[in-house]
Amino acid sequence: MTPTYYLLLSALLFSIGAVGVLVRRNAIVVFMCVELMLNAVNLSLVTFARINGSLDGQVMAFFVMVVAAAEVVVGLAIIMSIFRTRRSASVDDSNLLKY
Amino acid sequence: MNLLVAQAQQIEAPEIDYGAIAPVLIVLGAACISVLLEALLPKHQRWAVQLVLSLVTLVGATGALILYATSERPAQGIATLAGAIAVDSPSLFLWATLLVLAFGSVLLIADRSVEPGGVFVAQAAIRPGTIQDRAQATKTGMQTEVFPLTLFALGGMMTFVASNDLLTMFIALEVLSLPLYLLCGLARRRRLLSQEAAVKYFLLGAFASAFFLYGVALLYGYAGSVKLSSIAAAAAGTDRSDTLLFAGFGLLVVGLLFKAAVGPFHAWTPDVYQGAPTPVTAFMAACTKVAAFGGILRVLTVAFQNTQWEWRGVLYGVAVVSMVIGAVLGLTQTDVKRMIAYSSVAHAGFLLIGSIALVPNGEGVSATMFYLLAYGFTTIAAFGIVSLVRNSDGEATHLSQWAGLAKRSPVVAGVFTFLLLALAGIPLTSGFIGKFVVFSAAIEAGLTPLVVIALVASAVAAFFYLRVIVLMYFSDPAPDGPTVSVPGAFTTIAITLGAVVTLVLGLWPTFVLDWAGTGTFLS
Repeated sequence: MTPTYYLLLSALLFSIGAVGVLVRRNAIVVFMCVELMLNAVNLSLVTFARINGSLDGQVMAFFVMVVAAAEVVVGLAIIMSIFRTRRSASVDDSNLLKY
Repeated sequence: MNLLVAQAQQIEAPEIDYGAIAPVLIVLGAACISVLLEALLPKHQRWAVQLVLSLVTLVGATGALILYATSERPAQGIATLAGAIAVDSPSLFLWATLLVLAFGSVLLIADRSVEPGGVFVAQAAIRPGTIQDRAQATKTGMQTEVFPLTLFALGGMMTFVASNDLLTMFIALEVLSLPLYLLCGLARRRRLLSQEAAVKYFLLGAFASAFFLYGVALLYGYAGSVKLSSIAAAAAGTDRSDTLLFAGFGLLVVGLLFKAAVGPFHAWTPDVYQGAPTPVTAFMAACTKVAAFGGILRVLTVAFQNTQWEWRGVLYGVAVVSMVIGAVLGLTQTDVKRMIAYSSVAHAGFLLIGSIALVPNGEGVSATMFYLLAYGFTTIAAFGIVSLVRNSDGEATHLSQWAGLAKRSPVVAGVFTFLLLALAGIPLTSGFIGKFVVFSAAIEAGLTPLVVIALVASAVAAFFYLRVIVLMYFSDPAPDGPTVSVPGAFTTIAITLGAVVTLVLGLWPTFVLDWAGTGTFLS
């Protein structure tokens, strides 16, 4: 089992996440897709750490997890506040700012 | 596996040069204290204490910076914290720029004279449109968490421009972004717009930082390290796969260009600039731009200079797209904040020209840094003026409401005219000098066609600035038009600071230009 397969899997997960951000309507689901992208990157990082034989990649994965957690805190607070106002978390409903 | 264990046992505590990184430590330390104060102080004392703390912090950090910059230090700069932070001449210049611009922004943020209680919401948790919301719109309190949030964002920006490896850069990017997402959603008036701006900025910002991070991972796979200098060394002579290098570079740059609001990655800019509270827009427009371009300059110069012939064409195209989008879409805007947002997209294109003009003597870097400084001051003053023109439901940002403003308030209209001329790049303003140095560096780097396109774009952009000036001076004011508030001390100081620096840098730019050109990035 070569590590390359993990890189391909990570690229696939990242793409699924990116497509999800672009096509999904619900802000929570969009945000989950962003988290999927971050975790795909984590997979890449640990795979590269394995290939390069250094610890840096594994340590970076921890940093990414912490950042992802911080992002959840801020993101959910913002999405909650707009949900309470509009009774909807759809990103299509937020359409006051345009042109 | 033995290798990993052996490495793990060898980790030593890194050397830390506290004097060099004191400005960042002061800002981040004060941000932590500020959070504590928020928990401990009674509500009516918070605004004054937080304001004093923020201003003292900014002055103190600037003092520490001057102390370090004038002391005996290596000319090429030092890398401290195990090489994670590079304190070199560009870092010091950008830190000073960020601190002074943040000083102006904090003054605008703290102002309570124009809008009773300040432009920030008294309690962000109250639902817009409810009875409680109408009550809090007239209450005098404000959510004083904006001060620690601003300091954290500033600390992130200062780390971002000095970070010498990509992981530090990513963390700094998040530290600067997350507080900004929140700040965008805290307006007292028009809260739906404000919250919408926060959601849009957050979702797109998180999307872009995921791209940045994937770029970091691929470059780590390519070079075996995320240090900028290791990436440069790996790219210099190697048989590694170029796919990883250029895929990584592309993804990384997408993340950076998003933060810098360079077209075609600008989609969030007009919405967020319009929806966010005006002082926050000023802070974002000035300081985030400085931070993002500081990061772009460092990454391009230190890590990717060897491979510039491969990627320069791409960024060339991006700069053209950005200038064209900013100039052409700016023409169609009817809202003054959106107009300045599109103008910032066009300016981002000009700044990108300076960033890709990697001439050996570093003229492109110093020119871009000068441009950032000049643009930051002009923008803060411009948004300060925007916050003064008001009607009964808050700021009157629609351009039709600005008709005949010179008859109501000649001073405000005069200062705004001067700032618009600076944004357009008319001589005797800092905008002209900024464009001049960036374009001459670009010509030296062989980018003459790009400079021609940039000149055409600035001419097109000048039209929409002039349209506002004509509207203010040669139209009759509407009878139910907006009033111009008399600003309190804070807003007055911020606007004066911005306008005076714009004028002084237009007349005597030599001092700042020399300072920007004192050294290059540590590599």
